[in-house]
Amino acid sequence: MTDLIFSNARLIDPEACSDDANGRTGHLLVSDGRIVGILPADAPAADIARERGLSAEVVDCRGACLAPGIVDIGVKVGEPGERHKESYKSAGQAAAAGGVTTMVTRPDTQPAIDNPETLEFVTRRAQAETPVRVLAMAALTKGRQGREMTEIGFLMDAGAVAFTDCARVVADTKVFSRALTYARSLGALVIGHPQEPILSKGAVVTSGKFASLRGLPAVSPMAERMGLDRDIAVIEMTGARYHADQITTARALPALERAKANGLDITAGISVHHLTLNELDVADYRTFFKLTPPLRSEDDRRAAVEAVGSGLIDIICSMHSPQDEESKRLPFEEAASGAVGLETLLPAALRLYHSRDLTLAQLFRALSANPAKRLGLPCGRLASGAPADLVLFDPDIPFVMDRYTLKSKSLNTPYDEQRMQGRVLGTWVGGQEVWRRA
Amino acid sequence: MSFPHRHLLGIEQLAPRDIVALLDLAETYVDLSRSRGKHSDALSGLTQINMFFENSTRTQASFELAGQRLGADVMNMAMQASSIKKGETLIDTALTLNAMRPDLLVVRHPHSGAVALLAQKVNCAVLNAGDGRHEHPTQALLDALTIRRAKGRLHRLVIAICGDIAHSRVARSNLLLLGKMENRIRLIGPPTLMPSGIGEFGVEVYDDMREGLKDADVVMMLRLQKERMDGGFIPSEREYFHRYGLDRDKLALAKPDAIVMHPGPMNRGVEIDGTIADDINRSVIQDQVEMGVAVRMAAMDLLARNLRAEAA
Repeated sequence: MTDLIFSNARLIDPEACSDDANGRTGHLLVSDGRIVGILPADAPAADIARERGLSAEVVDCRGACLAPGIVDIGVKVGEPGERHKESYKSAGQAAAAGGVTTMVTRPDTQPAIDNPETLEFVTRRAQAETPVRVLAMAALTKGRQGREMTEIGFLMDAGAVAFTDCARVVADTKVFSRALTYARSLGALVIGHPQEPILSKGAVVTSGKFASLRGLPAVSPMAERMGLDRDIAVIEMTGARYHADQITTARALPALERAKANGLDITAGISVHHLTLNELDVADYRTFFKLTPPLRSEDDRRAAVEAVGSGLIDIICSMHSPQDEESKRLPFEEAASGAVGLETLLPAALRLYHSRDLTLAQLFRALSANPAKRLGLPCGRLASGAPADLVLFDPDIPFVMDRYTLKSKSLNTPYDEQRMQGRVLGTWVGGQEVWRRA
Repeated sequence: MSFPHRHLLGIEQLAPRDIVALLDLAETYVDLSRSRGKHSDALSGLTQINMFFENSTRTQASFELAGQRLGADVMNMAMQASSIKKGETLIDTALTLNAMRPDLLVVRHPHSGAVALLAQKVNCAVLNAGDGRHEHPTQALLDALTIRRAKGRLHRLVIAICGDIAHSRVARSNLLLLGKMENRIRLIGPPTLMPSGIGEFGVEVYDDMREGLKDADVVMMLRLQKERMDGGFIPSEREYFHRYGLDRDKLALAKPDAIVMHPGPMNRGVEIDGTIADDINRSVIQDQVEMGVAVRMAAMDLLARNLRAEAA
């Protein structure tokens, strides 16, 4: 029995070899919320429907790309505490419109998600309000204060998929190493923010000519490398499973490469903003470009794109961080950090495809397959048996980004008024359509 | 004379001809200020508000006097004591003031870029009186006028800027202005007080002051801010004075007719020897203060002409 047939789709398989790296046309069959088969393009879809069961609905993809839905690690939703910036409802709609089928949410809420009760609250809210899958991360230390570890065991029982204090570095290495030792015993994944916290204190941009010209407090890109070096030493010491939320500088990459070569259980991510923008985009103190970590030099950006291509950087995320107008309409130093990204993640990532830096398979390896694998999820693949979490998109449609069309409650996108190429046409979660472009 | 700018936010936006036009007009205001009847009606009927979010005595006084000499109605607002303490945002403060219909807004703010942000939200002309570590355009202009009067030109000079470059908006604006006018600029200071990426600015960087001062036409000293002491940027005041303080010995390496400048207020015995600061043959520090008023008169006059042209 087949419920759904995606016909004439350009199928983007993250595991595809170089020949099919930008897709091969075919049909994808879905039954009971799962992918049940992939057929070559020469068989007409109507015949397949007849053979496999008459009830099947046919989605004619007309040559558009069909890829495994995006698994976005590090989405901030303002519940609890800042629902005016983003609720589960608005985030869910934004995710669906952006082709994100699994949101992995951050615990840097107010209060922090650092106990099973709060985690259960957000899980309940997420289930009630969002059409896409939501997995919650929990804080690594109580109140994200960096002093005492959270109830990692209870939190895992309640469904926490990873532990992180987000952009707040656990500066006390004793606390950090104990938390990682404990996490290891439970097989918990810890997500770190590689940054030397004292060196980077107060900094809002990356040091260099541009920072000096603008007179903004700046941090050397080496602070990221120092933070990563410490974390790698602690992983080596404890054997914990570790993911670096964002590696954005060229100087940190050799350390990451060595750690992987040494067999440590380490992966790394980067936000799409750091792959597509650089420090000069801040221009005249544009606060929508104030991010954590700050945007880097063009050389760093190029190195990071290359690292995604080689697989050294495993995961691309949106680092969706909703901020309202009030927290952004301030002098640069005082303004809040972060950008919304759920809806712009795919069009922005496609810039790297259009610039011929990455193939579509490479992009979806980093957007879908690798994050799913890292979290032990069955999705992220175009293979029989995998959940039918799918995104249908046309990589070529040009448009000018208008932030007022975003579904997020907060509209702080750095791509506002920029030319983009590539739009999501539809999103399915477990075979259910959750969004279609009108 | 055209000055195609609505605001004076920084030197970065100015073309060399704008700088020359402004300095030429300032010359006439030097003469006016030296005459008995120090008054003109250039700004008559206009309202000037001085908003200082950061302490200042001399710059505020200079702007106030400049406005009064040109016949503007001048109001000072000490913003530190007022609404920001009550949690009002900069934009709201700007909108509130804007509703009072000022024509000229003079703003100093501790954060880089804050004055430009404010300028986007008001209808009047905004003059940057210093924003964070970013720019202090009228200081650079008054320095330029002082140099031009003392040296007879504002190009092809060797100008040494010494001290805390990293935290100085005065240094940044001077760097831009003197660069645009095609001078050789040398930056002298301990590497801890040098901004990163400074080598890409087309300047020569020295950490040995003696070497940097060789054959300089102009020696511009910067103030060492006391709070930098706690930041661990330098080991002590006495070591700083020994290595980077301007004394007779070091000054002797510059050209015999080199002038000595300082934006004030001075720390005698920290960055500059008191006897040099007081040496009327070398120091132009008092001239700088005088030129400050004239340059600010010129800047406000030019912006006001644009306002009037716009209204007409």
